[in-house]
Amino acid sequence: MVASPLAGRRPATKESGRRTLARRLQRPGVWFVLPAALLLVIFFTYPLVTSLWQSFFATSGGVTSWVGLEQYARLFADPLIGKSLANAALILIVQVPLMIALAVGLAYLLNQSWLRFRGGFRLFAFLPAVTTLVAYAVVFRVMLATDGGAVNQVFAVFGVEPVDWLNNEWWARVALIAAITWRWTGYNMVIILAGLQSIPAELYEAARIDGAGRWQIFTRIVIPQLRPVLIFTTVTSTIGALQLFDENYILTEGGPNDATLTPVLYLYKVGFRQFDFGYASAIAWLLVVLTAVIAIIQFRLMREKK
Amino acid sequence: MSVTSTLTSVNPRTTDARDSRPAGAGPALRRGILRAPVYLLLAVTSVLAVVPFLWMVVASTHPTSELFGTPLPVLPGGELWANLARLQESVNFSQVMLNSLGIAVIYTVFSSIVSIMCGYGLATYRFRGRGILLGVVLVTMMIPMQVLLVPLFQMMASAGWIDSYQAVILPFLANAFGIFLMRQGFLDFPVSLIEAARIDGASEFRTFYRIVLPVARPQIAALVIYTFISQWNAFIWPLLMLNTEDRYTVPVALNTMIGMSRVDYSGLMLGSLLATLPLMLLFLVFQKQFVSGLLGGAVKG
Repeated sequence: MVASPLAGRRPATKESGRRTLARRLQRPGVWFVLPAALLLVIFFTYPLVTSLWQSFFATSGGVTSWVGLEQYARLFADPLIGKSLANAALILIVQVPLMIALAVGLAYLLNQSWLRFRGGFRLFAFLPAVTTLVAYAVVFRVMLATDGGAVNQVFAVFGVEPVDWLNNEWWARVALIAAITWRWTGYNMVIILAGLQSIPAELYEAARIDGAGRWQIFTRIVIPQLRPVLIFTTVTSTIGALQLFDENYILTEGGPNDATLTPVLYLYKVGFRQFDFGYASAIAWLLVVLTAVIAIIQFRLMREKK
Repeated sequence: MSVTSTLTSVNPRTTDARDSRPAGAGPALRRGILRAPVYLLLAVTSVLAVVPFLWMVVASTHPTSELFGTPLPVLPGGELWANLARLQESVNFSQVMLNSLGIAVIYTVFSSIVSIMCGYGLATYRFRGRGILLGVVLVTMMIPMQVLLVPLFQMMASAGWIDSYQAVILPFLANAFGIFLMRQGFLDFPVSLIEAARIDGASEFRTFYRIVLPVARPQIAALVIYTFISQWNAFIWPLLMLNTEDRYTVPVALNTMIGMSRVDYSGLMLGSLLATLPLMLLFLVFQKQFVSGLLGGAVKG
């Protein structure tokens, strides 16, 4: 490419063009955004503020009164909060890395030029991401039945004793992790595949000329180049794990003995089974803080690269 | 390379161009030994990914008693219509499918219009409060929607809207993610096109409608599919809002079936299959837009 003086100026021209256009047209902009702005104020800003406000109140015997930070103090003393956060953490520590590693491995293999039936393999791997959330959880629930469930029957063929998937605390967690991994690996695989395809071929060439082997190319070229994509998929999966509800509600309803209870499921139970709105609001704000922490970490990680 | 072609494309930039190198004695044999495990691994993965689907199809064509019997049925049986009839009888499934479709379509139409307009407004014009609005959109994207459950529930209750479709649709019409997606898309829109239309004397809305929308069709297609999928999958909010069985959406109806005293497992599997079918059809017909919509523009170029 020839370095032209125009090349550097092009974005600036575009920007100033936008600006003159914009100066002339203040009003229409407002009309375009008005529906969204109104909806956001009514159904987001207002309830958000209400939720914070409510977390300072408690209702008992039909009387609602100001209790200050008492609901938040309850959070720290509540063993179920601890348990639900521990469950979320377990999913974070075990399921997210497992799934991302699987997705990277799959994407890497499915990006090899010599591979036959590549389109077919990609399609199969992606297929689980097309299922309706509740529907796939239902299918897993039926397949994991202890007596005569499809999974245990296949196990029996290999001489494995039936596993009490959904009624044993640890097996229930294994089942939940397996189900989520089944549903979301292909989804992440496609994102990573797109990342792989945007790595310039020259990088591989250069590494090869320098005598790098397969494994070195993978660890020194592929993984660093995938960094932004890996951060994105990891953070999305982390937030997904923190906000898990559909899967464990359908599979186990958080049981047995709260082994698969997650913060959102607990919020749902406190808010809409016990109708303790004040405490539910405090749990909700705990979630906000945790999500914000994750978002800040993501922001930091993304920045470090520059 | 854009993400839209990720699934189908044959990638010209390979990660392994060793084939062209002379590799000494018996290169074909060495390659074969190296590659066989890869094929085996991929075959196993594919089977694991597909088996729950196949089981769903097989199970919805057999009576419940056979789903847990030995040996397990592996081929489709003849009970499809009987299962469908029971499914219809127990939860009025045809009505439930219509509810889900109706809600998803109405939500998709209005939410997309709101997102497209707002995204275009934010990207194209300058006006007072633009920065604030953009900030609110970004914050909305970050904040878990579950925070809003309690206050929105109370709002819907005091409006007397519990058990109504508008209560399911209205609160999440302004989809921050969709707005942001559209804004990012329209930022790259060629200003010269807008200017040309304006010089020709077209009004702002006419320019938007006649010039901008047709050009932005691919990104709008991705938005529409993303929006439809998210509403079709929606569970916790419809679960809270809808109380009458005839008004249930598919996920809520499936949840009810699980909780029945004698669970009709074949019906449940058929219901799950029917719940997945619309997304499968969308995927088969609009593969490119489906993938980019599902990923929500996660990766661009």
